[in-house]
Amino acid sequence: MTKPLKQIHLAAHFPGVNNTTVWSDPASGSHIDFGSFVHFAKTAERGKFDFMFLAEGLRLREQGGEIYDLDVVGRPDTFTVLAALAAVTDRLGLTGTINSTFNEPYEVARQFASLDHLSDGRAAWNVVTSWDAFTGENFRRGGYLAEDQRYQRAESFLTAAHTLFDSWRGDEVVADKESGVFLGDAAAGSFAYSDDHFDISGRFNVPRSPQGRPVVFQAGDSDHGREFAAASADAIFSRHGTLEDGQAFYADVKGRLAKYGRRHDQLLILPAATFVLGDTDAEAAEIAQEVRLAQVSPQTAIKFLEQLWNRDLSDHDPDGPLPAVDPVVGENTIARGRASVRMYRDPVATAHEWRARAEAEGLTSRELIVEVTGRQNFVGSPQTVAERIDYLVQADASDGFILVPHVTPGGLDPFVDRVVPLLQERGTFRSEYEGTTLRDHLGLAAPARSEDATSAV
Amino acid sequence: MLVTVTESEKSVPGSSDRLHLAVALDGTGWHPASWREPDARPAALLTAGYWTDLVAEAERGLLDFVTVEDGLALQSEHPLRADDRTDRVRGRLDATLIAARVAPRTRHIGLVPTVIATHTEPFHASKAVATLDYVSSGRAGVRIQVTASPEAAGHFGRRTMPDPDLLSEAADYVEVIRRLWDSWEDDAEIRDVATGRFVDRTKLHYVDFEGPWFSVKGPSITPRPPQGQPIVAALGHVDAAYRLIASSADVGFITPHDAAETTTTVEAIAAHRGDQPPVRVFADLVVFLDDTTAAARSRRDRLDEAAGRALRSDAEIFVGTPAELADLLVQWHDAGADGFRLRPASLPHDLLQITDGLVPELRARGLFRTSYAANSLRESLGLSRPANRYSTAATS
Repeated sequence: MTKPLKQIHLAAHFPGVNNTTVWSDPASGSHIDFGSFVHFAKTAERGKFDFMFLAEGLRLREQGGEIYDLDVVGRPDTFTVLAALAAVTDRLGLTGTINSTFNEPYEVARQFASLDHLSDGRAAWNVVTSWDAFTGENFRRGGYLAEDQRYQRAESFLTAAHTLFDSWRGDEVVADKESGVFLGDAAAGSFAYSDDHFDISGRFNVPRSPQGRPVVFQAGDSDHGREFAAASADAIFSRHGTLEDGQAFYADVKGRLAKYGRRHDQLLILPAATFVLGDTDAEAAEIAQEVRLAQVSPQTAIKFLEQLWNRDLSDHDPDGPLPAVDPVVGENTIARGRASVRMYRDPVATAHEWRARAEAEGLTSRELIVEVTGRQNFVGSPQTVAERIDYLVQADASDGFILVPHVTPGGLDPFVDRVVPLLQERGTFRSEYEGTTLRDHLGLAAPARSEDATSAV
Repeated sequence: MLVTVTESEKSVPGSSDRLHLAVALDGTGWHPASWREPDARPAALLTAGYWTDLVAEAERGLLDFVTVEDGLALQSEHPLRADDRTDRVRGRLDATLIAARVAPRTRHIGLVPTVIATHTEPFHASKAVATLDYVSSGRAGVRIQVTASPEAAGHFGRRTMPDPDLLSEAADYVEVIRRLWDSWEDDAEIRDVATGRFVDRTKLHYVDFEGPWFSVKGPSITPRPPQGQPIVAALGHVDAAYRLIASSADVGFITPHDAAETTTTVEAIAAHRGDQPPVRVFADLVVFLDDTTAAARSRRDRLDEAAGRALRSDAEIFVGTPAELADLLVQWHDAGADGFRLRPASLPHDLLQITDGLVPELRARGLFRTSYAANSLRESLGLSRPANRYSTAATS
C-alpha cells in the first residue's frame, strides 16, 4: 500500500517591497492602486488558491542613512485592503501580516474579528515581531526589545488576543424582538489578561466571528520560533523550499506537535516559493536568468554588497571583482529596517566564501550577487513545475507553497492558467472550493475555545 | 523644517446655495429600542451585507457621505463603564473595516469611519485612511473621536490618560496623520530604469513630529492618497472642541437646537479658524420621519415605551414629515450650517424617509444635487485638493 496522495495547498503572496519584485518589467503595474489588488486576488481565486498573503513593514527601509530607493517602495494598510478585497472575492482566504510589537491586543483582536465577520470566515493573521528602535520611531510604543523579549511579547500578545476572541462563545446575540432580549448573557465579552507585557481587562466588543479565531501563521525559524509555532500556530510561512532543507524543517516542526497534543495535520508548513515558467525547460531557464539580472541591477548589486560589508561601497564597480577589504564587524549600521542583514552571522567568513567563489568561477560582483541571492524555486515548463511541486509535497518537504510572483499584478496569471490545471489533473489540487472558510480550505478544525476568558490570569 | 501650505483651498463657486447631507450610521439606529422595529435587522449587524445595503441606499439618495460610529468599549448607557444591559444592541465591527468592505460596492458616496485617537497609533490610522481613500478612489474621510472611558483605558492597560488634555492629544494626532499623508509627494514614484531608482527619495519626507504623547518619524509606508488629504471630521459641543474643529478638521459636526444657536456656533468656529479656508459645518439631528407628523410621533412614543424611557440626545431630536424637516434645514442652512448629519432613529426606516422623502423635497426647492458630479469627497464638499506641505515645487 502506498500512502494516500496529499492535497496541495497553494497561496499567493502579493509581490513585496524587495528586489524579488521586478518593477522595471514593462508589464509591471501599480503596487498601490486597488485595481492591482483586485486583479491579483481574483486570479488567485480563479486558481482556487487557499489564500492570498500580504506582508507588512512599518518603516521605509534605509541604507547609508538614506531611504532605500532601488526596490518597490510603499504599500497600503493591511487590514483596510483585505477588508476591501473581501468585497470582490467569495472564497479566497485573506492573510495579513500584523506586527505584535507596535500594536495592542484589543485593537488587533477587534480588527481580525471584524475582518473575519466581513469576509464570512476568511481571515488569517501572520504574527510577526519587530526588532528595532528604528521602526519604533513611528509609534507611541517606540523603543527596542531584546530578541528573547520580542518572542515573549509575541507569545503574550497572541495569548491575549486568543483570550479576547474566546471571550464570546458565539451564541450570546439573541436579538429577539418579541421578548426584547438582545444579549443572552449580560457578561458576554468579559475578559482579563495579565502577564509581564500586558495587564488588560474589561469587555471585548466584537462578538465571536465565523472562524472563532483567525487562522494563525508564524514565520519564526529559530528553535524558539519553531516551538512557539508547534504550540499555537495553524500554519508556518517558512523559507525552506528545497527538498532536503524542506524535509528537515517539516520533520522537525511536525515532530514537536505531539507534546502539545496536536495532530500532524493541525499545523501546515507552507514555504514561500518563486517561479519562472517557459514553454520548455530550456526557455524557462533562459527567462529565469533574465529575471535574475533584472532583480539585481548594477545599483542593487552594490547595495547587497554594502549589506554584508556593512560599509559604503558606492564607488565600487559592480562589473569588477568583489571588494578587497573585509566587512566592518559589529552592529549593522548600513542597512536599516531590513530583516535579512541579521542572517549574516559571520560577515567576514561569508565575504571570504564569496570572494573564493567569484575567483574560482570568474564572476563579477554583480554576477556573484545574482548567484548567491534568491534564485527562483521553480523554473521550467508548466509540466515540470507541476511535477516538482507535487513531488515536494508528497515527499513531505511541505504541505504546499506560498507563491511569490515577480511582476505585479499579472505575475500569477500564467501559473493559474498553465500549472494549476495540471495539478488538478494529477488529482492533488482542488478543482472547486469545497468549503467557505479559510479553515475549510486548509483542512483545519474549528479552534477549541478556552471556556474561561479569565483563565490566563 | 516644515514648509507651510502656500496654495489655499478655494471653494467651488456656485455650490454654496446647496446644502450637504450626511447620514450617521450606528447599529440599528440611534434609538435604543430601534432594533425591535419590524424592519430592523439586528441579527445581521455583524454582516457585510447589512452595511452594504444601508450605504447603497444612502448613495441612491445622492448623499454626500455616511459616517460609521465606533468605540473601544462595549456600548453602554453608563458614561464610564459597561452597563450589563441585555436589552440593547451590544457588539460592533471596526468602523474603518466596514467602510473598506463597502467601498468597492459603492461608487460615489463618501465614507467617513470613526477612529478613536485616545489609545491608538496615528501612524496606523494615517495609512488606514489613506488606504480607504485608495480602495474608494478618493471618497475617504475620518471622524476623530476621543474617549475618557476608564473601561476603554483598561482594554489597553498601559497608558496613563492624558485627561483633561484628550483634545490636545487628538489635535496632535490629526497633525501627525495629516503630515504623514503629505510625506510622499504626488510624483515621488519615478521608476527610472536607467538609474535603477523606483522613487525619488528627495520627494519622501520625514514628518519628525514630537509631542508630549507620541513622537512619529515618518515617512508613511503608504503614498499620498488620491485626495491628497482625506476629509477629517470632528464633533463638538463645547468651545474646546470647536477649537479642535477649527484647528484640525475639514468638517465639523455641531449640535445646535435652533437657528440662532447654529449661527453662534458657526461663528465661534469661524473665529477660531482665522483666515484659513472655512470649515464645512454640519448640524447633527436625530430624526424620526414619517408621512404624517402624527405617525412620526406615534413611532417615537412606541420606541420610547419599548426602551422604558424617552430618548435623550446631545443633538436636537426632530419628529415629523420630510417636508417639515426640509423647512427646518432651510432655516438652519440660512443661519450658517453648510449641511446636516442626520442620525436616523431607526434603520432602515428613517434612512428610506431621507432618500425617498427629504431628498426629493430639498431637490424641488433647488437645494440638493440631482446627480453626483464630483470625483472625490473633497470635491463634493466644495474643497479643492490641497497642495502638499512638503512640496518643493510649491515653494520654488
